[in-house]
Amino acid sequence: MSTTASRAPLPAATRRRRPFNARRAGAWALLVLAIAVSVLPFLWVLRTALSTNNALASNATSLLPAEFTLGAFKRVFGLQSPAEAVAEGGSGAAIDFWLYLRNSIIFSSITTAGAVFFSAMAAYAFSRLRWKGRNAVFSLFLGTMLVPPIFTALPNFLLIKNLDLLNTMLGLVLPYVFMTPFAIFFLRQFFLNMSREVEEAAMLDGAKHLRIFFQIVLPNAAAPIATLALLTFIGQWNEYFWPLLVASQDDVRVLQVGLGVFKSQSPQGAPDWSGLMAATLISALPVLILFAAFGKKIVNSIGFSGIK
Amino acid sequence: MTTLAKHSRSAPAASASPKPQGSHRRLGDLKIALLFIAPAMIGFIAFYVVPTIRGIYLSFTEYNILGDPEWIGLDNYTAIAKDPLFWNSLAVTGQYVILNILLQTALALGLALLMHNVAKSTIIRGTLLLPYLMSNVIAALLWFWMLDYQIGVVNQFIEWSGLPRVAFFGSEAWAIPTQALINTWRHMGYTALLIFAGLQAIPSHVYEVAKLDGASAFQTFRKITIPLLRPVLVLVLVVTVIGSFQVFDTVAVTTAGGPVNATRVIQYYIYQRAFTESDFGYGSAIAVILFLILALVAFIQMKFLKGNESDLD
Repeated sequence: MSTTASRAPLPAATRRRRPFNARRAGAWALLVLAIAVSVLPFLWVLRTALSTNNALASNATSLLPAEFTLGAFKRVFGLQSPAEAVAEGGSGAAIDFWLYLRNSIIFSSITTAGAVFFSAMAAYAFSRLRWKGRNAVFSLFLGTMLVPPIFTALPNFLLIKNLDLLNTMLGLVLPYVFMTPFAIFFLRQFFLNMSREVEEAAMLDGAKHLRIFFQIVLPNAAAPIATLALLTFIGQWNEYFWPLLVASQDDVRVLQVGLGVFKSQSPQGAPDWSGLMAATLISALPVLILFAAFGKKIVNSIGFSGIK
Repeated sequence: MTTLAKHSRSAPAASASPKPQGSHRRLGDLKIALLFIAPAMIGFIAFYVVPTIRGIYLSFTEYNILGDPEWIGLDNYTAIAKDPLFWNSLAVTGQYVILNILLQTALALGLALLMHNVAKSTIIRGTLLLPYLMSNVIAALLWFWMLDYQIGVVNQFIEWSGLPRVAFFGSEAWAIPTQALINTWRHMGYTALLIFAGLQAIPSHVYEVAKLDGASAFQTFRKITIPLLRPVLVLVLVVTVIGSFQVFDTVAVTTAGGPVNATRVIQYYIYQRAFTESDFGYGSAIAVILFLILALVAFIQMKFLKGNESDLD
């Protein structure tokens, strides 16, 4: 009775909604499944990292840590004595993720700062300044997006080697620090859409381009620049191939490469799973933190970076 | 007459400042533009242009890092044509690319439709994007553990459901599909978000008209959604294909080309030839071929799928 009463005023709407309900439930179920597939592996990594290796085999499916311990994290940061490490299924070989963490932070920060700033300068020249050949040069810059990284990686490796910069932070950073084609493309789009009025007013006041760039363009584009910096930082943090080629020594090795090396050390026949998962989690943590803080920015940038 | 009038009217101002300033400004812009572009230009020339030319040059040489590259003409290319490992790498990579296209595009399209129809919340989209923000190395290790033959949780479930355990990384048949699954896991949400953005861009009145005409849901999907989504789908396809052709990280970290040659993908083969065997000329020649393949993919996208044109206009 009450249902008919409530249905009465809006017959069309409810009639359309009714058959949809089963469908909506199904859709939600699929969506929840997709979310579970995306998120549960991280919980599994955490659970493994908090277990001891010896207990993992006999508790392969329990959701909770098997024999809760922080040993894996201690091991990864080199805080465990070799004997302790071996007893918990580690290799006992010295491994120091502090060092890799530091290197990753330096590498990602320098390249992000450099690439974003210099790309912003170039994007300004490609959008707000008028000069002959502007569009041709811009097309050339964009064209580099088509060159696969592996193709330039070989000659770039030779260049860094000839400059005697292998296994130095400078050599690691150089190919990224001046610009990325994507950053220029991304910022140019925003600069093009900026209103000319403020800029022209400033110009009438006799402001020079350098001042306009720093005092008007950059502050006005703070939001897209922050997004770009975020995306660039995450991309650099995840970089593997180039650091693998040029930075194989401990003092410049980044986390991603360190992870690979750690994985290839199989101490007592079986890999040190809990240590490996602790290391994986540490490598993921900075990105997870950025994601927690700026997730919305990242999500909203996706439509842009894809579709222009 | 009119020009004269115009001239005379603007004459006082023009003679005073605008004209000379105008030409001065143009020149000034070029100078200042060069200044603004200088750092990016250094990077562009030193790390993109020169290495591209050098890479092509190296592909015609024999070079083992020590000493100087020695010009050998097309020898590398003729050797590649007869190299079974190269053809194997091409076949393996092709298999990986196709699996990715099928799995990733289908799943992402489904996911995008789900989001579009039931949940547009940023939190849900963000959660689905999480795997994409992780590095390939992390994705690879995480699944390397979960898919472990002995104590991986996935194999535990497979055994519970009465099926035999699967050697995901250890068997030649499963190695490439497993790599493709890892990649799909990492990219599914990202691709779905791209398609979702495309769905959002389709104006609702198109659907209303279809509804008035009595079109079924399936008809609407086939005749309206898919065609209007074409530019986005083409983009997704190209991004997937070009990205998949360059698979390296997950392979390097987990199977290192094995078992036997099952996952020796093109980029891993280049890496091995150039860095493990110090054969830079040969490695560069394969890299040139990979470059050409990718250029062809981009060309096909522009030419035949018209990915840069929208049907909405």
